[in-house]
Amino acid sequence: MKKLSLLAAALSLGALSAPACAQSLVAGFASEPSSIDPLYHNLGPNNATRKHMFESLIAEGPNLAIIPKLAESWTTSEDGLTWTFNLRKGVKFHDGGAFSARDFLYTACRIPNVPNSPSSMAGFIKRATSIEAPDDHTITVTTAAPYPLLLTDFASFGVISASANGHSGAVSYKKEGCPGIESYLDSKAYNDGSATIGTGPYKFVKFVPGENIVMKRNDDYWGEKAHWETITIRPITNAGARVAALLAGDVDVIEKPPVQDLDRLRKNEKVDVVQGASSRVIYLHFDHAGEPTPGIGGTDGKNPLKDVRVRKAISLAINRPLIIDRIMGGLAVPARQLVPDFMVGVDKSIELEKPDMKEAKRLLAEAGYPDGFTLTIGSPNDRYINDSKIAQTVAQMLTRAGIKTDVDAVTASVFFKRRNKYEFSLYLAGWGSSGAGMASPLRALVASQNKEKGLGGTNRGRYSNPELDAVIEEALATVEPKAHQALLAKASKIIVDDVAILPLHFEVTPWALKAGLTMTPRADQHTVLTSVRPAN
Amino acid sequence: MLAYLIRRFGQAFLVMAVMAAIVFFGLYAVGNPVDLLINPEADLAEQEETIRRLGLDKPVHVQFGYFLGGLTQGDLGTSFVHNRPALELILSRLPATLELAFLGILLAVILGIPLGMIAGLKPDAPYSKVIMTGSVIGFSTPNFWQGLMLIMLFAVFLGWLPAGGRGETVDLFGIPVSFLTWDGLGHLILPAINVAIFKMSLVIRLTRAGASEVALQDYVKYARARGLSPARVLGVHILKNIMIPVVTVLGLETGNVIAFAVVTETVFAWPGIGKLLIDSIGLLDRPVVVAYLMLTVFLFVMINLVVDIAYSILDPRVRVKRGKS
Repeated sequence: MKKLSLLAAALSLGALSAPACAQSLVAGFASEPSSIDPLYHNLGPNNATRKHMFESLIAEGPNLAIIPKLAESWTTSEDGLTWTFNLRKGVKFHDGGAFSARDFLYTACRIPNVPNSPSSMAGFIKRATSIEAPDDHTITVTTAAPYPLLLTDFASFGVISASANGHSGAVSYKKEGCPGIESYLDSKAYNDGSATIGTGPYKFVKFVPGENIVMKRNDDYWGEKAHWETITIRPITNAGARVAALLAGDVDVIEKPPVQDLDRLRKNEKVDVVQGASSRVIYLHFDHAGEPTPGIGGTDGKNPLKDVRVRKAISLAINRPLIIDRIMGGLAVPARQLVPDFMVGVDKSIELEKPDMKEAKRLLAEAGYPDGFTLTIGSPNDRYINDSKIAQTVAQMLTRAGIKTDVDAVTASVFFKRRNKYEFSLYLAGWGSSGAGMASPLRALVASQNKEKGLGGTNRGRYSNPELDAVIEEALATVEPKAHQALLAKASKIIVDDVAILPLHFEVTPWALKAGLTMTPRADQHTVLTSVRPAN
Repeated sequence: MLAYLIRRFGQAFLVMAVMAAIVFFGLYAVGNPVDLLINPEADLAEQEETIRRLGLDKPVHVQFGYFLGGLTQGDLGTSFVHNRPALELILSRLPATLELAFLGILLAVILGIPLGMIAGLKPDAPYSKVIMTGSVIGFSTPNFWQGLMLIMLFAVFLGWLPAGGRGETVDLFGIPVSFLTWDGLGHLILPAINVAIFKMSLVIRLTRAGASEVALQDYVKYARARGLSPARVLGVHILKNIMIPVVTVLGLETGNVIAFAVVTETVFAWPGIGKLLIDSIGLLDRPVVVAYLMLTVFLFVMINLVVDIAYSILDPRVRVKRGKS
């Protein structure tokens, strides 16, 4: 049977003139979305799945550049406080209903009210003081202060249908609660398909948790029609099983093939590997506040990491190209700033650092540690590609420079708990930036922790630099793109000069596909199957 | 009999309560699920808000109190990840695991017992040596390796069977089952073999040991001397007398397969409860893990009860006595 279908596939490939034949695509995903509800859980697998069925007002292209989607165009007022979006006309939901401004308002109303959301999307709309619809195809948004990241925020959630959610008539958005809407549908209504009505290139068919998600092509799609008639997403969490399923022909494309298998897969003529740069940076963060700091010994209770010379020495002692070559199998790009060159906010004049062991030792001696000290690096061992191996390699490199380094690698759930309790003096983690570019890691990783301003949410090194904070805050209040980017680049320069944080590399994301297929890699590492197509 | 049953259920209840408490406090000590569930871009205020919404800001004993309160109303809690009642989530995955476990055990029994009897009755024949060597390999190689080898052989090289996942299902009394469709059966067969190999090796060795011992007993010789057909001697006089240890072990192993077919389910991407457990532990989805283990304990107690009753059918000397087991 399998032989026959292979033969059939070979024949159909041979007959190039034949247009799209019986087309279905099966994909093996490494993790499963926790729900089909596009507004329930703001996390990778959910957002990737969402993109097939639900579209956002604005979208991020493969390189995370902002592109129009349900909004055709937009303008900003002179003072940067009012945004006007012109919605695309003639867009239809999967149930045939027309998409209009009221659906966007309803989406905004539901976002903060999704029952029991484990990671709410509310942050994406909280800057808007008002969202209004002057007519069916226009939306105006006002913010209290100029806010340049509104576009990225609006690119992050899919628009749902007001009617499919049981609401008829007009919708008006109020921050404190939308009048006339008593309750909102539970995510269950999306998992069973009754409310799973979007505008995207695929329609929902079924979702069996642990088993599969099936979608079929939306033939009334406003844009370019999708290539595959049906697509099936199968969660196969075990990497070996994922590769086996691809080799056996059960699935046509898999995400996250194991790095150690890639060479073998590349040589296999039944399989093609596609890879693309991602926005995910793997970095080391220093404890800038603790004194004494938990993971350091031999310094009489002093925290040597507060000294920029020590931080610089650590940076110089790490041979990034070697890590990429030996540990990452070439699947990474060396980093010095927090986002890759193709994103906004990079200071292009900053060059990569060359490893220099002699200079590292000199700086350590100058800082008063000629004999080094002992250090423990914290790292997860199941979160990022080869995370604990990278930490071990870094530890060996630091030990060569005189800092006797151990690795404390634990499973992600334990790692994050301990990191958030500041139990590490130096820890390895990763950060995948959104289309906001440099602004994304700046405000989360290095801005001083500040709950009111929403800054420093993941700054578990407790770095605090008033000069940097001022630049970041200015950048986050500058809407004009050129000036905004210049400020981000300026902030990036401050971080690099002060070695506030230590970027190691950007992950390169691989996908493996059945030979003859190709796809467009996305920098946010999402697997979006609409980009999978025959290679020729 | 009734007192006996009440006692058994009492035991089950006690073990379940202890288990629930240990798991509850243990998972609390491991970490905070919000660290894993929340988008890293969320700022500090949103992180706190989420922790509050899931009730994780309260001291652990208060959380445990809520859990006990829910328990009295039959509510085992709601999954942090999926926002569905934990019990409902587990029960929705249970049919897949049950059909895998039962087919695996069935294979182990219908292949293991005859093979074990052959090896026991004809210990010197070359094919008996082959059977015994096979059984040693069967229970000494790791389960996941066997699974991957099965996939490599039957799915990748030969292409006869799918490499994993559950096939087409049909509803039987409202429960989705896959063994009634060809596609479903095709998907079921490799994982079932994977589950069966270890159990089968065990059954072979137990049956062989029993058969070689019983075959020399006087009553077997007497039965032969009376001129009973060899089939009757084998099927009644020998088989029945070697079944007690086999039933005991199979009972325990059935519980094991249902509760902890994790390895097979992971390797074959089988959407059963074992995979749900592993995913839930990874995400610290406490309600699901607690409910799962409570259900498991209940299951084990029930299986042991069935095993005890099976004893009394197999061996008239064993009777379920009042208040004793």
